[in-house]
Amino acid sequence: MFASILFFIFSFLILASALLVITSKNPVNSVIFLIFSFFNAAGIFLIAGAEFLALIMLIVYVGAVAVLFLFVVMMLDLNFEELNKKTNFVKTGIITTGILITEMIVLFVYYPEEQSFIINKNNELNSLTNTEMIGSKIYTEHFYHFQIAGLILLVAMIGAIVLTLRHRDNVRRQDISSQVSRDQEKNVELKDITFEESE
Amino acid sequence: MEYILSILFIFLQSFLVIFAVLMMAYLGIYGERKLWAAVQLRRGPNIVGPFGLLQPVADFLKLLLKEPIIPDKANKIIFIMAPLVTCFVALSAWAVVPFAENWVVADINVGILYIFAISSLGVYGIILGGWASNSKYPFMGAMRSAAQMVSYEVSIGFVIITVLLCVGSLNLTDIVLAQKKIWFFIPLFPMFIIFFVSALAETNRPPFDLPEAEAELVAGYQVEYSSSFFLLYFLGELAATFLMCAMITILFLGGWLPPFDIYPLNVIPGVVWFMLKVAFIFFMFGMVKALVPRYRYDQLMRLGWKVFLPISLFWVVLTASVLFIFDLAP
Repeated sequence: MFASILFFIFSFLILASALLVITSKNPVNSVIFLIFSFFNAAGIFLIAGAEFLALIMLIVYVGAVAVLFLFVVMMLDLNFEELNKKTNFVKTGIITTGILITEMIVLFVYYPEEQSFIINKNNELNSLTNTEMIGSKIYTEHFYHFQIAGLILLVAMIGAIVLTLRHRDNVRRQDISSQVSRDQEKNVELKDITFEESE
Repeated sequence: MEYILSILFIFLQSFLVIFAVLMMAYLGIYGERKLWAAVQLRRGPNIVGPFGLLQPVADFLKLLLKEPIIPDKANKIIFIMAPLVTCFVALSAWAVVPFAENWVVADINVGILYIFAISSLGVYGIILGGWASNSKYPFMGAMRSAAQMVSYEVSIGFVIITVLLCVGSLNLTDIVLAQKKIWFFIPLFPMFIIFFVSALAETNRPPFDLPEAEAELVAGYQVEYSSSFFLLYFLGELAATFLMCAMITILFLGGWLPPFDIYPLNVIPGVVWFMLKVAFIFFMFGMVKALVPRYRYDQLMRLGWKVFLPISLFWVVLTASVLFIFDLAP
């Protein structure tokens, strides 16, 4: 009872803030609403009893990804008059949403046994905590998939580095080890100076 | 009825914890000022009240009674929201901290993840405040702070994983009880050092207080904040600092456990040991501020990404291997 009320509150807030993400004019506000909807998604995970997923959601999406989003969006040089012009993404949006909804309907109609998110109570894994269950699923049963996912991420990471790394000549670089290894004997020279007597 | 009573009980506990944290902040700021004064051969606060003990109260009242100034071009909602976020986040993380055995508001089984998640949200207060002020120096401070806190979270995460490998549970009470034989700072000493330094960077404490570096950025993201908004930032930062002290205590110094489980030591209640350890770590934080000059920003990023990250990653692998080979894994 209490959980279902919470579920409706959280899902309403997710939808409302998701709507505000795409309608607000200021991109910083958009990102803030995006963060808010991540929060509520974490809340729904908590209601479903998946506390590990909820907190990982907070750590990864809110704590890292959205911070970098906000970081980038704040640095944008914004032209608000440009932003207020009407955009032409309506067709693309309708097509994408249509495909997504069709996919979901197909999934739920043809594979009804897959739609149940409630774990079978007789499952022997239920004696473990959430975290242990996820660990044994990912790292034991689906070990190869996990490795492949890791490789894909590695490729993506290297790709991002290759795309952004440019070696320019004529740039003065800092050599940390030479900076740290400076000492008095090498860098300070004491000279005897004789002062000429002024008249 | 019983349901309402239990909710009231939780409220009462939360108020007690918040009161305890605020008392810690009060004594902490007084002790820190006295400590810095002693290091610099000054007297420190000594006018208001006996030994200057009421100085933080006087500062608090002064800040409360000042006029809050909101810049004209600032984004007002976010400007006011930002210090609230900092303070809220820093205080709410205390819900899962065990002060002694069973002395905890919410004994959830992913406690350490909860603290990690909540403390990673602390950056929002700073970055939003810096942006909403609509001014150059706060914005620079906010940018620095965002990059810095995200960088050091990575190594903090790996250190936490190392400890978790030795415990086999994410529950904070279990982490403390796993240290009955030996406190983790002995076998995991390099991780203890890395966590200590990363905690300094994560809470924007000196020598990593670049987001508010007075010499370059006036006061960083706090430039435009005055009166009670500034007070909220101040309290939030102190609460976050004490949270980091509590985390070091729980992860490495055996939480509420006495150093030796022998007669005169183990009759002292656990909460006293916990507070003593937190105070000791806070004293170390204060000494670092008193003794170490501020880092340069590129050195800070280098330390995080090129030194701490590889070392902590290596230690995760090493710890896992040792636990596996000698069959010590819990």
